[in-house]
Formats: sequence, C-alpha cells, structure tokens
Amino acid sequence: MTLAQLAVNGKQPLLEIEHLYMRFGGLVAVQDLSTVAYRDEITAIIGPNGAGKTTVFNCITGFYKPSAGRLTLHRDGGRMLLEQMEGFRIAKLAGIARTFQNIRLFAGMTALENLLVAQHNPLQRASRFSLAGLLGLPGYRRAEAGAIERARHWLDKVGLLDRADWQAGNLPYGAQRRLEIARAMCTGPTLLCLDEPAAGLNPRESAELNQLLLDIRAEEKIGIMLIEHDMSVVMGISDHIVVLDYGRKIADGTPEAVRSDPNVIKAYLGEAEEEEMPEIVASDLGLAG
Amino acid sequence: MAVQAIAAARPGAVPSALKEAGLAALVAFVLALPLVGLQTVDSGGGALGIATHFDRVAYGVAAVFLGRLALIFWRGRRQSRPADAPSVMARVSELSARFSLPIAVVGIALAIGLPFMPFASRYVVDLGTTVLIYVMLGWGLNVVVGLAGLLDLGYVAFYAVGAYSFGLLARTFGFGFWEALPLAGAFAASFGIILGFPVLRLRGDYLAIVTLGFGEIIRIVLTNWSNVTGGPNGIGNIPRPTFFGLPFERNAPHGGLTFSKFFGIDFTPDHRVWALYFIILMLALLTNFFTLRIRRLPVGRAWEALREDEVACRALGINATNVKLSAFAIGAMFGGFAGCFFGARQGFISPESFNFIQSAIILAIVVLGGMGSQTGVVLAALVLVCIPELGRDLADFRMLAFGAAMVGIMIWRPRGLLAHRAPTVRLHRRGDPVPAPAGAAP
Amino acid sequence: MAYFLQQLINGLTLGSIYGLIAIGYTMVYGIIGMINFAHGEIYMIGAFVTIISLLVLASAGVTSIPVALVLTLIVTMFFTSAYGWTVERIAYRPLRASHKLAPLISAIGMSIFLQNYVQLLQGARGKPLPPIVTGGFTLMDSGGFSVHLSYLQLFIFLLTVALMAGFSTLIASTPLGRAQRACEQDLGMAALLGVDVDRTISLTFVMGAALAAVAGLMVTLYWGVVDFFIGFLAGVKAFTAAVLGGVGSLPGAMLGGLLIGLIEAFWSGYFSVQYKDVSVFAILVLVLIFRPTGLLGKPEVEKV
Repeated sequence: MTLAQLAVNGKQPLLEIEHLYMRFGGLVAVQDLSTVAYRDEITAIIGPNGAGKTTVFNCITGFYKPSAGRLTLHRDGGRMLLEQMEGFRIAKLAGIARTFQNIRLFAGMTALENLLVAQHNPLQRASRFSLAGLLGLPGYRRAEAGAIERARHWLDKVGLLDRADWQAGNLPYGAQRRLEIARAMCTGPTLLCLDEPAAGLNPRESAELNQLLLDIRAEEKIGIMLIEHDMSVVMGISDHIVVLDYGRKIADGTPEAVRSDPNVIKAYLGEAEEEEMPEIVASDLGLAG
Repeated sequence: MAVQAIAAARPGAVPSALKEAGLAALVAFVLALPLVGLQTVDSGGGALGIATHFDRVAYGVAAVFLGRLALIFWRGRRQSRPADAPSVMARVSELSARFSLPIAVVGIALAIGLPFMPFASRYVVDLGTTVLIYVMLGWGLNVVVGLAGLLDLGYVAFYAVGAYSFGLLARTFGFGFWEALPLAGAFAASFGIILGFPVLRLRGDYLAIVTLGFGEIIRIVLTNWSNVTGGPNGIGNIPRPTFFGLPFERNAPHGGLTFSKFFGIDFTPDHRVWALYFIILMLALLTNFFTLRIRRLPVGRAWEALREDEVACRALGINATNVKLSAFAIGAMFGGFAGCFFGARQGFISPESFNFIQSAIILAIVVLGGMGSQTGVVLAALVLVCIPELGRDLADFRMLAFGAAMVGIMIWRPRGLLAHRAPTVRLHRRGDPVPAPAGAAP
Repeated sequence: MAYFLQQLINGLTLGSIYGLIAIGYTMVYGIIGMINFAHGEIYMIGAFVTIISLLVLASAGVTSIPVALVLTLIVTMFFTSAYGWTVERIAYRPLRASHKLAPLISAIGMSIFLQNYVQLLQGARGKPLPPIVTGGFTLMDSGGFSVHLSYLQLFIFLLTVALMAGFSTLIASTPLGRAQRACEQDLGMAALLGVDVDRTISLTFVMGAALAAVAGLMVTLYWGVVDFFIGFLAGVKAFTAAVLGGVGSLPGAMLGGLLIGLIEAFWSGYFSVQYKDVSVFAILVLVLIFRPTGLLGKPEVEKV
C-alpha cells in the first residue's frame, strides 16, 4: 500500500501494522494482523481475554520484538520502522507513549515529579550532560520552568493540580489512572497507547475519561490507540475499532460496522443458538435501542 | 508486670506467650548446644580438644526466653495503639528531612570547629578524619544504592582504583596529591563505566553478586600482579598532601619552604593531621553538595524513577542503561577521590585494605542511615566508626553487632532509619492552603 | 593423560561439594526469588559442627570410623538445619512482602553476623583435623605419575549420588515436593489452595541447609582444616554454579557445581593457582551477561 492509497478521505495514516506475528514458543499470540491507525482518530482494540491485545501493544511500544511483520510510524513526513528500534527509542524518537494495564507510576515520587521524569529527554538536553544544570545556567532554568508549566497544564487537565505534591502511590486509584495518562502526554507523543484506561473506574470517572480522551484528540491532534473492555468507552468515543480473537483480526471498521458484525457477536457470545441475546450483553455491546 | 499487661489486653494470652517463648528458648538451645556449649581448643601439639561452656548455653537460652517474652509484650502494646499513629522513627525522619537545612548548618559548623575544641587531641582529629572518609564513601555509594537503587557490593573496588591510581602515579611520574586527585576520580569513573556497561542490564540481585565478583577480582589481581602493584606488600612512600606546594614537614626535602616556615609558626606534626582533616571535610562536603544538586536535575530524577520502575522509564523514552551508567560512574568517581585521599593519608596502600568487609561496611552505612538520606549516612558512619574505639573488648563484637544491626534495621524499617524522601520540586509551598479544587486553574 | 585424569577426579570431588551447596541456593531462589546470601555461612557452620561432633565422639570413645561418620552426618545435618530454619524465620520471613533489596541486605547482615558469631565462639584460627578416612586405589601408573582415587573421594561421590537420588524422589513424588513446586509457580495461589506456604518455605531452607551440612562435612574431611571464613568463597562459587546451571533447576545446580569444580581443578592444574578464584568470578560474570538463564534454566518472559 502506498501512502496515497492509505490517505483515504483526507485521513492521514499514523501507524501501519502489516502482517504482524508474535509467537511465544509454540503459542501464537498474534497472527497476521494488519490494520492502520489514523492521526486525529481514536482506534480501539477489543476482544475477549487472551485475544492478544496487550501483546500487540507490547510489540508497538517495543517491549516485545515481533516474530514477523512490519510496524511503520509516519511522523513529520518521514517513516520509522518500529520493529527495528530499541524499546526506549520508540518512545523517544517515534513519540509513542503508553500506559499500563496494572498502573506503573513512580509510586515514591510526587505527581509533579512523575510528569517531570516524562520530560526527561528534552530536559536532559537542556541541562547539557547536567553541566548547565549544576551551574544553574539560565538556559536550563528556562527549560525547567517550561517543563513545570507543561506539567501544571496536564495536572489541571486531569484534575490533580491541588494534589501535585502528593506521593503518586498515595493517590486514589482513579487519580493514579489519570496521572498515568497525564504522564504519557507530557512526553509530547504522536501516538498515545492506553492499556485498559477505564479498568476499575466507576461510571462517573469513566465518563470523565471519555471527555479527557476526546479533548486530547481535539486539542493535541494526535492518534490514540486503546485497549478496553468497557463498551461504553469503546463505543462512545472510538472512530475505528479492531476486534481480535485468538490473535486473529476478525473485524475492523467503524463502531457501527463492528457492532453488527456477525463474527464479533459470535466471538463474544459463542455460537448463537437462540436469536435473542441477553439484554445486558446487548446493552454492553451498544445494541440496545 | 509484662505478664499482667498481656493478660489485661487479651485473656488467655499469657499461656500462649509463655509457650511461644518456650519454643524460642528450645530453638536457642538447639542452636547454642554445638557452637556455644562446645568449643574447639588447641590441646597442644597441634591437636584439637573440646572445652565445654554449658553455662553460656544456659545464659543464652534464658536471654532468648526473656527477650521473646518482652517482644510479645511490646508488640501487644503496640497493637493496642491506634493503627494510624505514625511510629516514632517515621516522625524523626520526617523532621530530619524538613529541617535538613538547619541540621546541615549545625553539622558543618561542628565539623569545622572540631579541631579547635579543647578536647580535640590529635587522636580525636584523626578519628574525625576516618569518620569523614566513611561519610564520603557513604555519600558516594548513596548515589548508586540510595538514589538509583542499584545494589553494588563491590564499591570498594573503586576505592582501590583511586588509591592505586595515586600510588602508581606518584611512584612512576612523581605526581603529588592535588595533581593525582582529579585523575584518580577519572580513572575510577572510567572503571565504573567499563565494568558497568556489560552488567547493568542485569536484575537487581544478580547485579549485586556480579559487583561482588568484580570487587574480589580486583583484590586478587592487586595481590598477585606483583611487578606493578607490589603484590601483598603494596605501595609505600606515597607523598602527603601539601598546602599549595608547601609540605607539612619540619624541613623541606630540597631546602625549600615548608608550611610552618612560610607562616612563621612553630612546626608541629599536628598541622598535617589538621590539614588532612580539612581536606577530607572539603571533599565530603563537595560530594554532598554535588549529590543534593544533581538529585534535582533530570538525571537525578531519572535515577530515582529507575529505582521505582524500570519498565515505566523505558516507556517514557529514558535510556535506562545510560542513566544507570551515569549513577555508577559518579558513585565510582567519589569512591576514587576517597581512595586517593586514603592513599595520601596512610602513605601506604595494600590489597588488605580493600576487601569485601569494607564494601559491606560502606553498604551498611548507607542502608542503616536510610537509603537516600544524607543525614542518615553521617549518623551511621559516626556510630559504626566510633563503636570499636570505645574499647578493645567491644571491637571484637563490632562486626557481630554490625551484622545483627543490618538484619534488625531491615526488619524494623526496611527503608533505613532516616528514610523520608523529600520531593525534588514542589508546585505548592509547604503549609500553603490547598488551592482551589481541580478544574479552577490559578 | 594421567595428570589430566587426576585433575578430573579432583575436580569432580570439589564439584560434588559445590553442587550440594548450590542446590540450597537454587531451591530458595526458585521458591521465594531471593539470593540467600547467608547460605555459605550455613555450610561453614556445617563444617564446624562436623569437627565438634567428631571430637566429642572421639573423646566419648567411639573408635569405629564408619559409626563415627554416620553419627556425625546425622548430628551435623540436624544442627545445621536448625540454623537454616532460624535464619529464614528471623531474617527473611518478616521481609517477604518488602521491597526487593531488603531481604538481600538482611541476608548480607546475617552472613556477617554468623561469620563473626563462629569466630568469636570458636576462634579465628583454622581448625586442623587429622585425616580420618585414609587410603585409596591407584588407578593408573604412567611415567612416574600415578592416578589416585582415595576412599574419601569415593565416599564423597557415592554420598552425593545417593543424596541426589533421594532428593529428586522427594521433590518428584511426595506431598512436600508437590507443595514446593506449587509455591515455585505461584506463592499466592498455592496459599489460596491450602498449601501451608510458611511451612513449605521453612522446609526448603531446612533441606538446603541439610545438604550444605553434608557439603561441610565433606570439605572438613577432604581439606582437613576449616576456619570461619570458608563460607564466603564457597558460597560465591556455589552461587556461580547455581547460576551456571540455571537458577531454579536442581539438576542444573548439580551440573553447574561439577563444572565449576572441574574448571577450578583444571585452571589450577594447568594455568595458575593464584588466579583460580578469578576464573570462577569471570565465569559468573560471563554467564550472567550472555546466558542469564544458565544451561538448564527456563527463559524468563518479562511481564508488562
């Protein structure tokens, strides 16, 4: 596929996944996955437990080396082959930031410090191997003030400004999830990967999360990929949904197209023996009404 | 009284406490019987005999029985306290972190004033120098263990590299202390990078064992590479530090000026002791200042972040290997400075001074003080260095108490005595009323 | 050739001793994921209990060497296991839920404590023991160099093989072994399913200490002298053996022990005695860098 072909309807591709395979010994966790995530769009990856969703994320963010396949990121007119890059460089150069299913904050450090660590690379450059920093030169001081300002902006966005100096580990669960997203945003990403951001949130918090993600898409003009089980989040905000089952892609398209896809219904509910699906499941899938 | 208190707290607790203490005493008896009760002694002619000390076993068992009872009593009392009341030590460490500036000022004033105190004999100043060497080593290792969370069991290797760098530079090229000092630090730092590069990707406990191995390799090489290092005999005649080129001697070697002649004061060997004291004080303060400052820089925050979660660091684009290497190299550099000073102070170095026990002592200072706490290091170094000076009898028990304290403090406070982390940066000033709730940005 | 054979026999003897200590490291690591730094001292205590027991038996008038050896073996295993049990109970159990460096530091403290405890009680000087098991076979004679297999070496081989066989059976087919393997997979889940985790871990330490005690007995008879410091080096070497074989694998520990023994024997036999310890440390570093899972270990997949 050429870039021109991909850029349908004026949408710009951000991440192309082509024939991705990931094997662990005999187990094939991801099998021949191809899809595209676009800039300014929210792409959701859904599927039953063990479908290989987190594995896809780990391949994209460099924690696993794919067994085969190509991951191309388009940034500033250039392209980067992620499968050939070392883990930390994917975050640093390609600008892919992520959060984790089991929150991984720097629990002993404050919320503000967490956000400053996320800006390590630009700050480290400004501190010139720490020399400018040690001497307290104005260039570094400006950079640090800028970094704190950026952290303040994101703390405000996620509603944690008043708790900026709290130890991250002492924050309540929902706040930790939001802080992790703020931390990822502080790296200035082009693609934000969220691994089950709504897990463990109450309905109100999860509605706030929806709004936060929509705001990020609108204001930052970046792509968002998310793995989620909460269908109210997935159906409410996604522009594009990829459905995995046993490591294979079984559907790929708009929320409307996916929710009526027979393969998807079969994967979630098993072979339908009766016509009617239980109401609660239907509402979860967004079929009700 | 203890028994009554337990009985008051929980009916039926007394028999169970007695049973528990009895069991502990039984275990103590089994443990003590062969090693305490029976002592292998030289019975003449190189053959061994056995001496019995069953009285010691009895004392030991009784002590364990009573100690166990006391512990149960103490725990019972602690449980009756409200659960959220912070422990005394947690309060103390928080206060020590809050008032770190006044504590530092008073501490530095005391350290500077020490040689001028009425009781400051040559012996006291010399002891102060030893304490400061360990303080400096503790502060250096604190960068690696306390901030970056890398357990280094071979820190003494860098100390040795610094000392031998100076020894060899002085013997081969006639370098003096001040010329050799930066080079010794640089050599030790490069050594840290060379050693660190292949091993820093290992997980924490593997890293500990590998660094221990490196420490031992260096010691064995120093012992056996005789034509360079002098082997077990070491290197002697290492030049003493000078005061801007003025030696602290009665007569300069080539008829030049000496410190006492230049200032027109009477010569006394105390001048050199004093000079050494102030040099190490300066070096230690430099280490402290540097560490406090770098902790607030990006690289310092990255060290701490790495200690907390390496995976998250990688996801944020931080090159973990480089960050670890920088911690390793900086820690090694301070070890090298301290080693160079050690060589200049002793005038003689040999591999004996750089064994694993030294690494363990430095580590103990960091750990006991509280990982990451600068004040804690000073406290621990003072205690550990001064204990054996209290008396020769106690000195025999020093290492025993040392090991026991390491275990005890880990169990009591797994993060060290004064383990209270002060944030490197604040958005709101401490004590400010919390600003308007989220959403209403200032 | 004869020289080679002799080094082979010496190396295998040393390797058996290292292997027995290494099993203690590997089992503890497998079950609670920590390096029991004090394990070398447990072995040193085993050596001291051996000497004390032999001396007591001699002064009690036991003259038959086999009887004295069997009694000493039992006595040593019992008392040394008590030390292993106590170390776990005091220094590691309270720290099981703590951050990862705490138990390791506690273990180092315990190691320093035990070393000085024995030094204070028994003295710093080496304790010599006259050879008890003497004699042997001369296997080969060539060019004035005879290859010798002493009865003691034979005893060490046979005892090691017997212990390994018994031990593998224990792990493979008893409820205790099952509980141990369950704890190795998942401590929390095993507890939920009714395995007494504390007891299983305690028994693991007891078994490791018992094997270290046997190693201590062997080394006392083999070298004929022990001091309070032997645990440090032997501990590091045995740990290297455990890592070389693959931490967590019992056959790996034995294989690693034999390899380390052989490397040490051949290194001293052919290169230099001075640097024989460097060779072991160098292997440790190389294995950890290039094959951290060891020869028989399972690869670890990082969970994100």
